[in-house]
Amino acid sequence: MEQLLQHLVNGLVLGGTYALLGIGLTLIFGLMNVVNFAHGEFYTLGAYAAFAALGWAGVDFFTAVLAAIAAGAALGWLCEVTLLRPLRSESIDTTMLVMIGVWIAMQNGELLVWGGVAKSIPHPFPTAPLVLGPVAIAPLRLFVLLIAAGLIAASWLLIQKTKLGRAMRATFQDRDTAALMGVGIGRIHAATFAFGSALAAAAGALLGPVFLAYPSMGDLASLKAFSVVILGGLGNLPGATLGGLLLGVAEELGAGYISSGYRDAVGFVIIILVLLFRPAGLFARQERIA
Amino acid sequence: MRRVGGGFLALIALTLPLWLPSAYHLHVAIMAGIFGVLALSLNLLLGYTGQLSLGHAAFFGIGAYTSALLTLTLEWSFWPALAAAIALAGAAGWFIGRLSLKLRGAYFVLVTISFAGVISLVSVNWIELTNGPLGLPGVPAPELGPWSLRTKTTYYYLVLAAVALSYAVSRRLVGSRIGRAFVALRENEALAESIGVDVTHYLVLAAVVSAAMAGLGGSLYAHYTRFVSPEVFLFSYTVTMVIMVVAGGKGTLAGPLVGAVLFTALPEVLRAATSWQWQMLAYGVLLVLLVVFMPRGIVPHINAAFSRTPRP
Amino acid sequence: MLAVRNLAVRFGGVTALEGVSFDVRPGSITSVIGPNGAGKTTAFNAITGYLRPTGGRVSYDGVTLTGLRPSAIAQRGIVRTFQRTSVFRSLSVENNVMTGLHLRGTAGFLAVLLGRRRLADEERHLASDAAAIIEFVGLAHRRREAASALPYGEQRLVELALALAARPRVLLLDEPGAGMTGAEKTVVSGLIRKVREQNVTILLVEHDMRMVMGISDTVIVLNGGRVIAEGAPAEIQAHPDVIRAYLGASHGSA
Repeated sequence: MEQLLQHLVNGLVLGGTYALLGIGLTLIFGLMNVVNFAHGEFYTLGAYAAFAALGWAGVDFFTAVLAAIAAGAALGWLCEVTLLRPLRSESIDTTMLVMIGVWIAMQNGELLVWGGVAKSIPHPFPTAPLVLGPVAIAPLRLFVLLIAAGLIAASWLLIQKTKLGRAMRATFQDRDTAALMGVGIGRIHAATFAFGSALAAAAGALLGPVFLAYPSMGDLASLKAFSVVILGGLGNLPGATLGGLLLGVAEELGAGYISSGYRDAVGFVIIILVLLFRPAGLFARQERIA
Repeated sequence: MRRVGGGFLALIALTLPLWLPSAYHLHVAIMAGIFGVLALSLNLLLGYTGQLSLGHAAFFGIGAYTSALLTLTLEWSFWPALAAAIALAGAAGWFIGRLSLKLRGAYFVLVTISFAGVISLVSVNWIELTNGPLGLPGVPAPELGPWSLRTKTTYYYLVLAAVALSYAVSRRLVGSRIGRAFVALRENEALAESIGVDVTHYLVLAAVVSAAMAGLGGSLYAHYTRFVSPEVFLFSYTVTMVIMVVAGGKGTLAGPLVGAVLFTALPEVLRAATSWQWQMLAYGVLLVLLVVFMPRGIVPHINAAFSRTPRP
Repeated sequence: MLAVRNLAVRFGGVTALEGVSFDVRPGSITSVIGPNGAGKTTAFNAITGYLRPTGGRVSYDGVTLTGLRPSAIAQRGIVRTFQRTSVFRSLSVENNVMTGLHLRGTAGFLAVLLGRRRLADEERHLASDAAAIIEFVGLAHRRREAASALPYGEQRLVELALALAARPRVLLLDEPGAGMTGAEKTVVSGLIRKVREQNVTILLVEHDMRMVMGISDTVIVLNGGRVIAEGAPAEIQAHPDVIRAYLGASHGSA
């Protein structure tokens, strides 16, 4: 029982960051109709940006996380403006291939800059776990969970309460009508991609110190983000939040009770099973790709 | 004109070992041939039915492991092992095809990636069978009757035969009502159904043939490098195949082969000058540039330059 | 005979079709008309398997079609066209029709891989069939052009040729005259009559009343998802419910 609780707590920590990844991806997917296979690379970028800010600029940990978020937003914006904007009228397959290209280029660019050896990102938290009744949690992990929750809440506020959020929701409902209403599609897309990438970078900066930073860390992050999106439903923000938490917990349980070697298989199996048994609900918007 | 060109190319392919300067060059030619089989395989799905499989390394890896395990642990000889590799990879293709009957576009991509991910994790973790990350060394060289095909020259001809077979299968399919059904599925599914094309049947068929072909490539790879490890499932293999097909021209017969030769030779040329990371970086940038500036690929561009009639 | 019995389609809480029943007499040209949103295309989709009806049954010569895939329904000779132009855009006219001949071919996987004489014979037959169909719709001069390069009216002819290639016994045409010029509509009407002469039953949805009344043997009027009238063109034109439905609709939509 205590072990189960412990797994649940660990799962929530992971799940919070998965939710951040998923929210970004689901917005980009749902709103721009772009399958962003480079999403995980922004996660990697976040981890390395935090590492660089700490090591090179010598700022404190919290500033470093902010710097990572800013870096993600900036590069995301750049990516949308230079690559995706000219291709907006192209098919979903075309932009997907381009994003696969970005994925490969970014990952190997990171490999060139940072080398293949995993980097440990220093953090100011004590390593001794906090014991809260039956469960123990490292202060860093608690911090990750809190910041992730804060960012999720902030995303909610942005989407629900701001003018930009309203425009984003209008675009998601119906691109053409939104354009008629005077919503600038170009600005919305750039903002969405920058915002989604910033969330991914935040997830990377948060989880980087928990694990390690290495160039291929984004591959699994992408796949997890996709699992979350598929679990939660396309363009569904609450769905992505719940999906993220669910995936985090499922992975912890899988690793704890089945085999840690298959931890990462949980996401794959979820993708396959959900697409297999709930495809109608999931691909209703997707039917006419051709 | 076209026929003369084809004959000339065939002649070059057949005499290649005679005038290539070194064993290293022959090695590059063999790898180009193996990737040619893989690119032709991916092209059937991506180029003709329009479905992007990003899990193609799984079929390649299944072929490689099947062949290696059967020859190593059960001491089968090469040929039945090759047949089993093709069959098992084809069965995996059937499974993926059935699984993703209703899934298109991004969802098809995700299922194929996930499938490859699971298979790759199994190859790492099922140590009793696969020897885990250490891999399986000592895969025997193939034999043909009393002759060993151990030398690079003989292996080259074996690979060349496989390329010819894959090309012939692709060509026959594409030129038939089956190939037309594939293209119908790519172009407009609803319309295809309305004229009686059972879309799911043809999607599964394409997946099976494509996967079986990738299995053939995998088996050839295993018996050539004589070593199989979970690296055969690396995503970079899939990416390489995708780039070859997209660059050469998806939905053309010659395109994947042109792409395979180009993108096997190019990295070798680059290797002298740069590191592997630079190469992969260049790959990514190249893929972006190709999609943006030459979306249909090299072969269709050349074709368009020679004639004005559109070819399917 | 194509028989539609008590067909019902509901989307969520919205009823698109309710208790729709009618027969399409073999060899006839039957038109389905009605105001926008009356359920005409929905009925087509339900008959041809693109939509699973909530209730009711469609059969052809006593064989139930309901629940079959569209391709299986096409195999039984019930072939449709679409309201929005549907052609294989990147293929030439010739290859469009060759693709449409799918059901006339027999070669399976092994025959394709191993076949020699018989396969080549079949391909030659198909090619000559294709040429004949292209000639029939009057596009011989466009044979090698990409379908997407053709003007709109000719694309609709390619669509008709595609449907004919599938060797229909019942041909369902969804607004074949939509967006065409008067002259083109006359050509299409002529073609529809000629198709009927080859013993193909025609069911069509059309807005152009001149065309409908000119070629139909029977007209079925849908309104609000129900059949409100059925009869010869002259009867329909005088039918008080029909007049009311159209006036009401024009008040609502114009």
